[in-house]
Amino acid sequence: MFGDYSLGDLGSIFVMQGFAGLILFSVYVLMALGLAIIFGQMGVINMAHGEFMILGAYVTWMTSNFFQAYLPSLFSGYFFLAMILAFVASGALGMLVEWVLIRHLYKRPLDTLLATWGLSLMLQQAYRSVFGAREVGVELPQWMLGSLHVTDSIEVPINGVFVMCLTVLITISVAYVMYKSRWGRQVRAVVQNRIMAGAVGINTEKVDRYTYGLGCGIAGVAGSAFTMIGSTGPTSGQLYIVDTFLVVVFGGAASLLGTIASAFSISQTQSTLEFFMSGSMAKVLTLLAVVGILMLRPQGLFALKVRK
Amino acid sequence: MSDETNKGLLSPLRRKLLMGMAAIPAVTMLPRASFAQAPATSAVNTTGLAVTDTEVTVGILHSATGTMAISETGSIEAEKLAIEQINAAGGVLGRKIKFIQEDGASDWPTFAEKAKKLLVNDKVAAIMGCWTSASRKAVLPVVEQYNGMLYYPTFYEGLEQSKNVIYTGQEATQQILAGLNWIAKEKGAKSFFFIGSDYIWPRTSNKIARKHVENVLKGKVVGEEYYPLGNTQFNSVINKIKLTKPDVIFTDVVGGSNVAFYKQLKAAGIDLSKQALLTISVTEDEIDGIGGENIAGAYACMKYFQSLDNANNKAFVPAFKKMWGEKTVIGDVTQAAYLGPWLWKLTVEKAGSFDVDKIAAASPGVEFKGAPEGYVRIHENHHLWSKTRVGRAKLDGQFELIYETADLVEPDPFPKGYQ
Repeated sequence: MFGDYSLGDLGSIFVMQGFAGLILFSVYVLMALGLAIIFGQMGVINMAHGEFMILGAYVTWMTSNFFQAYLPSLFSGYFFLAMILAFVASGALGMLVEWVLIRHLYKRPLDTLLATWGLSLMLQQAYRSVFGAREVGVELPQWMLGSLHVTDSIEVPINGVFVMCLTVLITISVAYVMYKSRWGRQVRAVVQNRIMAGAVGINTEKVDRYTYGLGCGIAGVAGSAFTMIGSTGPTSGQLYIVDTFLVVVFGGAASLLGTIASAFSISQTQSTLEFFMSGSMAKVLTLLAVVGILMLRPQGLFALKVRK
Repeated sequence: MSDETNKGLLSPLRRKLLMGMAAIPAVTMLPRASFAQAPATSAVNTTGLAVTDTEVTVGILHSATGTMAISETGSIEAEKLAIEQINAAGGVLGRKIKFIQEDGASDWPTFAEKAKKLLVNDKVAAIMGCWTSASRKAVLPVVEQYNGMLYYPTFYEGLEQSKNVIYTGQEATQQILAGLNWIAKEKGAKSFFFIGSDYIWPRTSNKIARKHVENVLKGKVVGEEYYPLGNTQFNSVINKIKLTKPDVIFTDVVGGSNVAFYKQLKAAGIDLSKQALLTISVTEDEIDGIGGENIAGAYACMKYFQSLDNANNKAFVPAFKKMWGEKTVIGDVTQAAYLGPWLWKLTVEKAGSFDVDKIAAASPGVEFKGAPEGYVRIHENHHLWSKTRVGRAKLDGQFELIYETADLVEPDPFPKGYQ
């Protein structure tokens, strides 16, 4: 297939294809991080993850409308405020959900699957009633549109670069919070042994609530960022949920590093295959590879060593 | 707006009315003068449909919930508007239309089940409904088994024809061929890159488009790509488009993927004012989600745009906005859905009966002069004769009409040489 093209053309396409892979990688990490905390650390199978993301997207949409109507001069910077608001909104809803629903189910993790699936349906219908069934268009400030011209034939999408930077930032923050802070130690202690953690004086209920809130909040930020590259509608969250679980499960549920490694391998495979064959076939082959590897390593790429 | 057509059609009914003495007491009870023409129920309904002396019941069957609600909401709104307007103008055969709305919930077996409920329990005289081909395929055996009448609004892949269905949208050849001809002539386009969602409609449409490009236009298809429904990452295919440098990108991507595709196309620096893109899947409804700034400059091939400049449309758009809100936009399918109740009313009046067999037989040749898209007529094959138009997307989310066929395009659901 390359016979007809000049070397220069091919070179720049490989560079751009490399960027495409990196962007896909960032998107996967961003959507999986929240779930890696909720599912990976807490064991809650959160089927409503996509809906928390979409809440973030709707918050972004509302912020954008607000700025257009009342503060048009500050419009170019609204996106940063929107992401913070998205984090707060999704995080708050997450903590509420944890208090009402999830905390009663920690001893029955499989039931969280059904409960959160029901929750996702309720949230979808709520979005439909509040925001309407049609998709909404989130208007972006001018500087976030378009691409950077690196050379004549190499162009890098600005929103892709934005997502990459955001992903790096959030990943570092999450890693710091989980592995360096006192609170992160408490979270990991609760995950490993809830009863002992309680016995040494950790308020496990509070830790649970904030952990769940943090996971949902990150989902909200991801949803906010994805308004740049995807759609915002009541059921848009469903577009992400399968890929999200795929990344987290493949990486090994309890490992942050695993999530990143898995996002990297899946995104690179996917994006390379997509270039050489049709999108649907690429997806099929990627899934087959994942299934194959999970059969050999059921615990995922990286797993915490646990005494059995 | 359709008074002229009605007068001629109504006269045989008046004769029937005179024969039906039973109708007289009922007629005297009716408050409005226009209803005085109502013929006897026993004469216009011999098969036990839900028709009384004052009312006739039809069904509306769309997804008000689930993933398809995004698209089908417009159709529901259009059908309700048409029914309200018909009632305000005196109803059908002197009877007010009452509707029962069922929710297909974006689930195809549910569509079949609800269609059966509408036909068997509610005995509706007609169903306005379905949107995706999958839902229509699920409902088709039901309307055929229980002899119902379905008015289906969406442009679709063709390869289907039924006594019990009137297709008010365009079938694939009607929609695609004129658009390809236009772009080949206007832009001198020789190479095409196809990209679609991976299911029956895009695949069939692209098959037709490929045959047309290769055999008729003597051009070349340099790429044909399909992505799963709901795919949100298009960077790889966009790179392929950059590498192959096609004259025209031809797309039939649907749903949430659509939004992702155009946003990423724009972000990748592909300027639609220089790169020609022809889509058959983006209407004003979709642009709402995509954002005008991401798609401005793209060409769409449809039969209706909200911006059409004709007297019918100038009455239709404000009426629609008055009923459903100033911000609502009207896409191709919404307009086609609006035709359903009107075509049914005109056919009932032509047949002088609500009986499904008589309506099916009377349908060919029924004309609707009040259609917002202009004039339409039902073909022998139960599809519509209609014009095909190319519009160019503008920043404000509307289309600017660039081209329209001089004559009505004949529907050809089983195109020879394209299968």
